[in-house]
Amino acid sequence: MNKPEFLETLEKRLSGLPLEDIEKSKEYYSEMIDDRVEDGLSEEEAVEALGDIESIVSEIFSTTPLSKLVREKVKPSRKLRPWEIVLIVLGSPIWFSLALAAVVIVFAFYIVLWSLIIALYAVDLAFIVSGPFAMACSVLCMTVGDFGKGFFGLGCGLLVLGLGFVLIPAAVKATQGMAVLSKKILNKIKSLFIRRSETNE
Amino acid sequence: MDIQLKRGLLDICVLAAIKFEPSYGYQIIKDMKPYMEISESTLYPILRRLETSGFLAVKSAEHNGRLRKYYYITEQGLSRIEEFSEEWKEIMSIYQFVTREDGRNE
Repeated sequence: MNKPEFLETLEKRLSGLPLEDIEKSKEYYSEMIDDRVEDGLSEEEAVEALGDIESIVSEIFSTTPLSKLVREKVKPSRKLRPWEIVLIVLGSPIWFSLALAAVVIVFAFYIVLWSLIIALYAVDLAFIVSGPFAMACSVLCMTVGDFGKGFFGLGCGLLVLGLGFVLIPAAVKATQGMAVLSKKILNKIKSLFIRRSETNE
Repeated sequence: MDIQLKRGLLDICVLAAIKFEPSYGYQIIKDMKPYMEISESTLYPILRRLETSGFLAVKSAEHNGRLRKYYYITEQGLSRIEEFSEEWKEIMSIYQFVTREDGRNE
């Protein structure tokens, strides 16, 4: 790929970003290619050295705030006619509540996911607290009451306490997984805006 | 290296690369190479972020009949480096505590 081809591909792949941002990215990569050529590389080699265009594009998108992408997406491509503005205002009870509902659903989904994590920790804590307690009660039961029942209770208490400890790393792993998942979901939402603006062309 | 730590260090290294004189993208990458490998695609968002936070400023200047962007460090950028070196003094003393040899003779 030579320089103009690279820049053209970059521009196409970045559609969905504000024009100013696209222009800045093109300037930056164009300068990088020129500097490498000055360093003795051929134009093709210089483009090659920049690496995979996919990772360049995804790096730019993942560091662009979602709000910017949304703003760019909802920005009308031409000036709105008066009747369109009137329609938007009159329709606001419908579209605004729909948009709000969409945001709330995503947010609720997010809360549910994190509630699962909190529940996991709560269960774990319950195991660790109730295990020793059950053991203490069982010992009491063994000495003053039914030895068999008490002995069984002691075993159960030990089992629960052990489970509690085994669950700790699992809970930590789940938290980390959830953090990764949250990031992925955010990137997915972003890509929704990117892809739509590509098909709009 | 921990990814979060590396990100923070990259920011500082970019500022350090322009500490004494303004520099341009490709030169920054070459200057950082012996210490931290950084690719063009990684450097780009860092430069933008540092610019929006006011740690550096950009100026275009002519070079060989084309425009090249030069990055200047700002006062704020210099104090960020200062802050970093203060933080690392603390971290180094913790490091010495962590890796100390047993001085007692048992």
